Amino acid sequence: MNEFNYVYLIPLIPLLTFLFLGFFAKKIKEPISGYIGTASLATVFILSLYTAYKYFFVVGLVDGKYQAVRVMIKEAWLNFTDKLAIDVGIIIDPISVMMLIVVSTISFMVHIYSLGYMHGDNGFSRFYAYLSLFTFSMLGLVLSSNLFLIYVFWELVGVSSFLLIGYYFETPSAVAASKKAFIVTRFADMFFLIGILMIGYFGQSFDFQTLNSEGMIEKIGHMIANNQIYSFMGLSLFTWALMLVYIGGMGKSAMFPLHIWLPDAMEGPTPVSALIHAATMVVAGVYLVARLFPLYFHIEDGYALGLVAIVGTFSALFAAIIALTQEDIKRVLAFSTMSQIGYMMMALGVSKYEGHEGLGYMAGMFHLFTHAMFKGLLFLGAGAIIHAVHSNFMDKMGGLHKYMPITSITFLVAALAISGIPPFAGFFSKDEILTAAYEYNKVIWFIGFLVAGMTAFYMFRLYFRIFFNKKKEYEHAPHDAPFSMSFALIFLAILATTVGFIPFSEFVTADRIPFQSHIDFGDPLVIGSILMALFGIGIAYIMYYKETNYPQKLAKTMGVGYKWAKDKFYMDELYIFVTHKIIFDRISKPIAWFDRNVIDGFMNLIGLTMEKLSDKTKGLQSGRLQDYAMYFIGGVIGIIMLVVYFK
Amino acid sequence: MIEGVTLVEIMSLTTILFFIGVYGFLTRTNLMAMLMSLELMINAEAVNFVSINKYLSPAILQGQIFSLFIIALAAAETALAVAIILHLFRLTNTIDVKEVKTLKY
Repeated sequence: MNEFNYVYLIPLIPLLTFLFLGFFAKKIKEPISGYIGTASLATVFILSLYTAYKYFFVVGLVDGKYQAVRVMIKEAWLNFTDKLAIDVGIIIDPISVMMLIVVSTISFMVHIYSLGYMHGDNGFSRFYAYLSLFTFSMLGLVLSSNLFLIYVFWELVGVSSFLLIGYYFETPSAVAASKKAFIVTRFADMFFLIGILMIGYFGQSFDFQTLNSEGMIEKIGHMIANNQIYSFMGLSLFTWALMLVYIGGMGKSAMFPLHIWLPDAMEGPTPVSALIHAATMVVAGVYLVARLFPLYFHIEDGYALGLVAIVGTFSALFAAIIALTQEDIKRVLAFSTMSQIGYMMMALGVSKYEGHEGLGYMAGMFHLFTHAMFKGLLFLGAGAIIHAVHSNFMDKMGGLHKYMPITSITFLVAALAISGIPPFAGFFSKDEILTAAYEYNKVIWFIGFLVAGMTAFYMFRLYFRIFFNKKKEYEHAPHDAPFSMSFALIFLAILATTVGFIPFSEFVTADRIPFQSHIDFGDPLVIGSILMALFGIGIAYIMYYKETNYPQKLAKTMGVGYKWAKDKFYMDELYIFVTHKIIFDRISKPIAWFDRNVIDGFMNLIGLTMEKLSDKTKGLQSGRLQDYAMYFIGGVIGIIMLVVYFK
Repeated sequence: MIEGVTLVEIMSLTTILFFIGVYGFLTRTNLMAMLMSLELMINAEAVNFVSINKYLSPAILQGQIFSLFIIALAAAETALAVAIILHLFRLTNTIDVKEVKTLKY
């Protein structure tokens, strides 16, 4: 399988760019560093497309199935035991190739966009260096061939996310947000690491191909049946390991209740939000579940997968409710991202494994793909608006359609795509998710259906309030963004319109065997979801197209519910309560007291006793020679006595 | 072997000599006098060695050779001690051990 040997270049190029820009950030002036970063990403983009073309069309199906190709860079890089070692290698299979496309496309567009957006910023070169670091880590993450390597890159994307959120390090809120994001995801990663070690212990391998193989699944199933794996609370430890790994994914993908870092992460520059906190890094959790999907599905009848479905569904609903009420446009988009990732998790959770049954898996991956395009576009559009208006808040906007037609139209395309209106991309993926959910469980389907309507409503609330509604006074007339920014917007808008037509089920499926799927427009489910989206848009149109007092009235009728949603259900306050009042006050402070008074106190007591004792005995060392002689003779006599009388 | 004198008598003599030395060492404060007391103790031991050798195993001479060593060692030690005492006198203008007690805690 040597034809994919060059693939290691894909993460390597951004790494070299990062090192180059990082070391010479001060020397290289503004546009040059941007051009270097963009050129390297263009290479990566082309290489990724070439890889995808080669994988799907040149190599294509072998025995009716897409094969997973492994390129080993170093075997047994780190030995744990004789059997268990960490390799460094690249895995190329349908989902990693798909992720390559997603990451390189969005990253490339963000690089181009930032040429305009970050223009005149002091840290321009630093920004591009960080972007390259992130791209390297993310590409490494998707290509990792084993669990441990994915963990290494997992932490690397965490670090680059931290650096980029805290990019405006003069702003205290950005620093706080970056710390929060890092700590929350690190907290989740602790569980991830424990899960990895448990899987390694029971499976005797970290390699994805080995872990996902039928032999491994049979072996683990056998071990569970024979009680060779301990169980805890009625579940085998292997299932617990999978759940722990999923907690890691929840942290990165901002699933409830570990989502609190995502809205704050919007403190970073907007292109960063588009790249990291909308399109690529936050879907790492989805990718992780998809990577280990055979394990999740087969071990103990997919108990762990049930958790994925429940957490995903709940997060989708929870985030959508909050998104209805937010005023900061980036926060609306952040909660929308969380909601859509919940959708993807839900899709994976409701999926089955083989053939057409694996629709949910395919739909989840498809939604990941289309979501990256339209959510990236939404964020970049929001960036263009913020760039023009110098504010994040919707109150300061309105009537912008006249001033910024390109932004308005591209934003509309993205909003239609996320709402699920055909023929835009989101329709296809969302509809397949709902179909899969309907087959699995009616309650989950209904929540998904409701969320679809809410999504359409809050997206168009955003759209109408920014671009129509009442015109506001602006200090200077807003205008469309410079060419580099508009180019990225238009490019992504084209993608958001067209990628839905990709016959995804022929490329990415759970068992890697393609199947046919097509959407039947006569199906009541399809009609229902389109109507639901139109209904949401309709309400948004009535309430927000012109300035009305409906929103205030509605908020008043909702009363407490509205306030709770607006304050994000007090999750931040809950966390602060738990950490400060319970953990710090009830656990950390007593521990600190114990440490300071008991542990240190014991040591001090020993020291003090010694000091007192030596103070008492130091008189013996009087310096008088004859005293010493006296002691000496006394001692000798004593010893002689002992020897003579007590032998 | 001396006619009419037993080992016990000789050892009694050396014991008395030794403890006179000990008494002198502990009570006298003059360093020179302490040195002399020390010599007494050493000589008591040397006599012990010779006499025990003579009375118990006259065929071999280790005890007598040891006493020769002791005499040589005592001479060397005296030389050293006197040198130290002289130096001390130069520094402190006294050779009274009660006055010289800087070597303490």
